[in-house]
Amino acid sequence: MRKLGIQSIEDIALGAAVLGTGGGGDPYIGKLMAVDAVSECGPVTLVDPSEVPDDALIVPTALMGAPTVAVEKIPRGDEAIGTLRAVEKRLGTKAFATMSVEAGGLNSTIPLSVAARLGIPVVDADGMGRAFPEIQMFTFHLHGITATPMAMADEKGNAILLETISDQWTERIARSITVAMGGTAIVSLYSILGRQLKEAAVPNTITMAEKLGRLLREAKLSKKDPVRELLTLVHGHRLFKGKVLDVNRRTVAGFARGEAILEGIEECAGSKFTIQFQNENLVAIKDGRILVSVPDLITTLEIETGLPITTETLRYGYRVVVVGIPCDRRWRTDEGLKLVGPRYFGYDIDYVPVEHMMGHGG
Amino acid sequence: MPLRIGIDVGGTHTDAVILDKANRLISAVKTATTPDVTQGILNALQEILKTSGVNPDDVNAVMLGTTHCTNAIVERKRLAVVGTLRIGKPSTLAIKPLTAFPQDLRRSLGNVWEIVSGGHEYDGREIGPLNENEVREAARKFRNARVEAVSVSSVFSPICPDHEKKAAEILLSEIGSVPLTLSHELGSIGLLERENAAVLNASLVKVAELAINAFNEAMERACLDRAKLFLTQNDGTLMSIEYARKYPIRTVASGSTNSLRGAAFLTEINDGVVVDIGGTTTLVGVLTKGFPRESAIAVEIGGVRTNFRMPDLLAVGCGGGTVVSSVDGKVQIGPESVGYELETKGKAWGGDVLTTTDIALAAGYAKIDDPKCRPNQIGADPSFVLEAVERIIGTVEESIDKMKTSANPVPVVLVGGGGILIPRSRYDQLRGTSKVIRPEHFQYANAIGAAIAQVSGEIDRVYSLENMTRSDALSRATALAKSEATKAGAKPESVRVVEVDEVPLAYLPGNATRVRVKAVGELSL
Repeated sequence: MRKLGIQSIEDIALGAAVLGTGGGGDPYIGKLMAVDAVSECGPVTLVDPSEVPDDALIVPTALMGAPTVAVEKIPRGDEAIGTLRAVEKRLGTKAFATMSVEAGGLNSTIPLSVAARLGIPVVDADGMGRAFPEIQMFTFHLHGITATPMAMADEKGNAILLETISDQWTERIARSITVAMGGTAIVSLYSILGRQLKEAAVPNTITMAEKLGRLLREAKLSKKDPVRELLTLVHGHRLFKGKVLDVNRRTVAGFARGEAILEGIEECAGSKFTIQFQNENLVAIKDGRILVSVPDLITTLEIETGLPITTETLRYGYRVVVVGIPCDRRWRTDEGLKLVGPRYFGYDIDYVPVEHMMGHGG
Repeated sequence: MPLRIGIDVGGTHTDAVILDKANRLISAVKTATTPDVTQGILNALQEILKTSGVNPDDVNAVMLGTTHCTNAIVERKRLAVVGTLRIGKPSTLAIKPLTAFPQDLRRSLGNVWEIVSGGHEYDGREIGPLNENEVREAARKFRNARVEAVSVSSVFSPICPDHEKKAAEILLSEIGSVPLTLSHELGSIGLLERENAAVLNASLVKVAELAINAFNEAMERACLDRAKLFLTQNDGTLMSIEYARKYPIRTVASGSTNSLRGAAFLTEINDGVVVDIGGTTTLVGVLTKGFPRESAIAVEIGGVRTNFRMPDLLAVGCGGGTVVSSVDGKVQIGPESVGYELETKGKAWGGDVLTTTDIALAAGYAKIDDPKCRPNQIGADPSFVLEAVERIIGTVEESIDKMKTSANPVPVVLVGGGGILIPRSRYDQLRGTSKVIRPEHFQYANAIGAAIAQVSGEIDRVYSLENMTRSDALSRATALAKSEATKAGAKPESVRVVEVDEVPLAYLPGNATRVRVKAVGELSL
């Protein structure tokens, strides 16, 4: 158990963009909300999953919908208190803590403001270990835990409690409600008990985001090579060093799909590299061969600063190092790959873990 | 004969040029910038009228690039007390206005704000009606706090500005005449960044008023009675005085923009890279259709994050006064610089610091016409000099490569006094370039850039593609941008689109897309 102050929140927001693997939304808004809440209500308590009592209820909180809407129509700030209370009421139990559904992007910091305002802890874990676009894409789902009862609320005061027959249905219905609510909604979903949490959650991802953020912040001052240190921390692999030549984007069924084309520089001179994305980066292709695919993490970092670049801001001329980071082991099971493997996203290929492709198999 | 004067107020020099109707350079002068900037401008005007022999009555426009507003924000001086009105309740309450402002700046602005009910959704629906009583109450609060300017920002106002406009009417009727900044007229999607830009703009109204009055006075004293005054904004286009009084923040960073535009003009290269080598830094910018490429990320002004558009510039610590040293037997360029003290500290002038200029002199390709500059007293080892030359060239090559947008070689324009660092004999071999030009009159690129500035119109909207095709959305956006340019004073027949940018909104069904279009045209005088 430890306290998270404003510096920790800043670091988590920066590190979460690395785990956002190109998507997940800019953590800036979530960060300011959390800073505002912590300035008003004091630091947040971060608890390790092992510190959570087995029968304690954890109610995660998140923002669902378009990050581009969230930067304009900023939340009211207490919507999540409403959704968390609604789930508590439905289950007849008080929440012991809240947590992040995804450690990557905007949703890494949303629960911090909730925790500060309610005076409850945040669990140092999440349900993805990265960012994913859909509700069924949770490690919790693999452990038979359902997204519902799910509470949704908008800033206007509209609130809905969903009961569904599957997480896929939850995704479909909740997505329509999000649109009706104005493009974003605050949600509480995948309530989980302490004993389930210890098995089903990806542990210590908030601490990981904080470490990544601190590393990038300190590298800026010490002028060390941030990419090398970052790779050591996440057991990642340097996939490519190059310059962005072109980025094509199009919208397909509400998702920003597209690809970035890179040309190699320095030790990669002469090679071509393509990153295909659907909000998050999906596959990385070097000279026609797929090197890394979802669910492993593919992140582009600016060469000099190591700062992560999202698919929305990626453009001509950026000089980047593309890194591949192993995903949580549960995504590598048959059930996991069915949910978030390359075939789910339309690639007819078998998933090969990044460390095998990069020749460090074991 | 109608003539135009372009003026650039820099840190050390105030330059002026006269251009005729066909954009021919009639005359150019360099004068010293004075602590009282107005006096410096008057000096430059009088000097150029004297050297050129031009009759002041033949000048019908003066275009001025100024740093007054940038300096006021950075120094926190003469800023207005700003009442900040945000429309969006119950949304947006999680982050209050001015939250991410530096403490001292927030204090200078008075920290007066209110959030009222209203605002819109991304598709133009109302979040709720504008609560006019709350606006009236906010107005009374602002009046009691003696605000000198007011900024108004409403959720999704770039899509629907109705609530900002209505609130402005109410504020004016309650407070009386007060300068108002409406955020939709300044920035794009991103409430906090747009609101910040609006607040900074409102804070500058006093500074702008004083500066404009001083410029007018300088013009009167120079007998330029028939000339109309314009200020240049940071996208390379002009603002009328009435417009500049309302949107002073648009002058921030206009100097660098003028330098890029001037370089394009002098070389007729409209797509390429401009390398401006100054005393301490080299600024590299990219020209697209004759205009600077704009930064795609949020930019900070005076420590405040805004989405106000700025030229995309790469600053590298390698200028004419940059220190060259030896570290473990290897050449190191910078990061220190002697800057404007080159002529006392540089080795060629008898000083004890080896600079990049000394290297260029010692290698023999640079010549400086100054009796006090004696390259024979530099005394650096020839092989060290050769290595340093390669490092300087390499640094410039690398920065060009970082900024260009494709692997194809690009034309490069060298401007700025530090341009002597690159030997002419290497122009054909500079990596990644198709040609390198150091144009005649390069030292006046900024003032020329001001004199040739055009008029623009810009829009940034989110379109829902449910009941509209993508090409409908694009053509609507284009028509809007063109009409904005005409409203700003462009000749309608000269207006053309220079930039179209489209980004789909992620994680949202219904295929909403954000479109930005910019059109420019010639000033109609």
